[in-house]
Amino acid sequence: MSALAPPAADAPAAVRDRPAPRLRRPRPARSPWLHVAMVPVTLLWLSPIVFVLFVAVRSYDDIAGRGLGALPASFSLDGFATALTQGGVLRSLGNSVLVTVCAVVASLALSSFAAYALSRFDIPFRRTILLTMLAGNLLPPQILLVPVSSITEAIGIGDTLTALVVVQVGFGIGFYTFVLHGFMRSLPDEVFEAARLDGAGPGGIFWRIVLPLSRPSLAALAALATTWIFNDLIWAMTVLRTEAKFPITAALLNLQGGFASAWNVVAAGALIAAVPTAIVFFLFQKQFVSGLLVGANK
Amino acid sequence: MSAQPSTATRRPSRFARVPLLVWVFLLVPLVVELFWVFWPAANSFSLALTRWDGIGLAEPVGLQNFRDLAADPIFLTALQNNVIWVLGFGGLSVVGGLALAVTLNKPGPMVSLYRSAIYLPMVVSLAVSGLFWRVMYAPDGPINGTLGLLGLGQLERQWLADPAVALWAVLIAAVWRQVGYIMVLYLAGLKGTDGSLEEAAAVDGANAWQRFWRIVMPQLRGVNMVVFAVTVIDSLRTFDIVWAMTRGGPYNETQLLSTYMFQQAFTTGNLGYASAIAVVIFALAIGFIITYLARQARTED
Repeated sequence: MSALAPPAADAPAAVRDRPAPRLRRPRPARSPWLHVAMVPVTLLWLSPIVFVLFVAVRSYDDIAGRGLGALPASFSLDGFATALTQGGVLRSLGNSVLVTVCAVVASLALSSFAAYALSRFDIPFRRTILLTMLAGNLLPPQILLVPVSSITEAIGIGDTLTALVVVQVGFGIGFYTFVLHGFMRSLPDEVFEAARLDGAGPGGIFWRIVLPLSRPSLAALAALATTWIFNDLIWAMTVLRTEAKFPITAALLNLQGGFASAWNVVAAGALIAAVPTAIVFFLFQKQFVSGLLVGANK
Repeated sequence: MSAQPSTATRRPSRFARVPLLVWVFLLVPLVVELFWVFWPAANSFSLALTRWDGIGLAEPVGLQNFRDLAADPIFLTALQNNVIWVLGFGGLSVVGGLALAVTLNKPGPMVSLYRSAIYLPMVVSLAVSGLFWRVMYAPDGPINGTLGLLGLGQLERQWLADPAVALWAVLIAAVWRQVGYIMVLYLAGLKGTDGSLEEAAAVDGANAWQRFWRIVMPQLRGVNMVVFAVTVIDSLRTFDIVWAMTRGGPYNETQLLSTYMFQQAFTTGNLGYASAIAVVIFALAIGFIITYLARQARTED
């Protein structure tokens, strides 16, 4: 909110600067026009989040009486309390965290194995294998849904969180392997030579050299994978049937059905669902952004 | 090659025999992916040629599902909506993301605050974004309220229940979440451009618009390719936000191929028909997947 002050004060100066564009060049980023344009855009961008926050902390009567769009005239945490207890948000949040932690750890472990093998050893057709694995991740999930649902049932893990973890791992590893391969390939050969002279085998080199050196890219992928898996809806809806097993995204949509007119409950649930990924985002902002850039560089 | 006796004494690393452990390292993840991705994908193609309710045996019907699709008005609406979605969602997020990247490609504490605000929606899941926007679009919600305050009361409407605007209402919500991603991609691309070229063009009297289109844009070709492929692939996958906001309604007006496929598979139980829709989605996506892969293969060299 304090961001509003400086550009407003600078605005007249900008008007004076305008007729001499050539002179402006040596002083980059000083133009107040940037702020004049960006402050409203930023506020508009944040407005859905702000309004949901408003709705979440209003009482049911306030919303029913004055409408969803009104500014808060009451403060109540009933929405959060109801969502967490009756709405089952707490239980589904637990499911989401469990699935996310297991799936992220398993995917990164498996894909660092594969990336190590493909990047440091002379595997025949390694490039074809690598690109095929990446291609699997790019497929539209719709082409997998029906068979995946019947496979999970056929092997006896239908409607379980295990199935959700396994499916997330299977679908994700192609991409993670591709990214880690790019990183591991760039590790200097000297380190490997030295380790080999010291008598380290392929397993020892992986554990004591490759994994520690790959920490930056593992961190970026972990941040990215956490948000992807935690935020997933379609796989959860495909393999799970029992509401008690739903992760938070699927549970929220049910909450919306069950508490259709209690918008404060729905808004509180939506905010709670956004908190874990927001924490990951703020703690690992640098890794998160570098994770997004993966595959887009050059 | 690897078995040549001359290598026995020095063992050059690149041609060393691949140890058994390394084969295990490679094969375990590979088998997991083959089993959970490529095998199901192959199954979808054969299911698309059957009629199957998931309980009995699948009955082979040849290409009948595809003939039915061609005459199915909901499928045609979904297909048309998907074209609108690729152009509208893709176009708006690319134009918005590029404009913001160019605007915010400078240092400064305020600028990084703006950037964080623009990509903050990305941490919110698509399903939750959908709920956020349901609040915004509610009949007594902030958007109608603001229109009323501005004296534009005649523009107020039931955004998600009005067939004329519902698709665009959902699309705006999806763009809100996508722009930050595109902006980050372009910011990285802009960091890789050569600033001295722009300086030289400015000295020669090129204005900002000319410098952007003639100097900066050509240097962004690589990013453009990635953004283009990613956007189309994402558009064809879009499911969560539509499902959270409208489930394809009102009257199937916001149905996309993905939502219609899901409904046919898991609500109606026409698994063969749903697989045929999935095959159509695949056919539309495969060209862009190959484009993206070809690019990645080149950078792997």
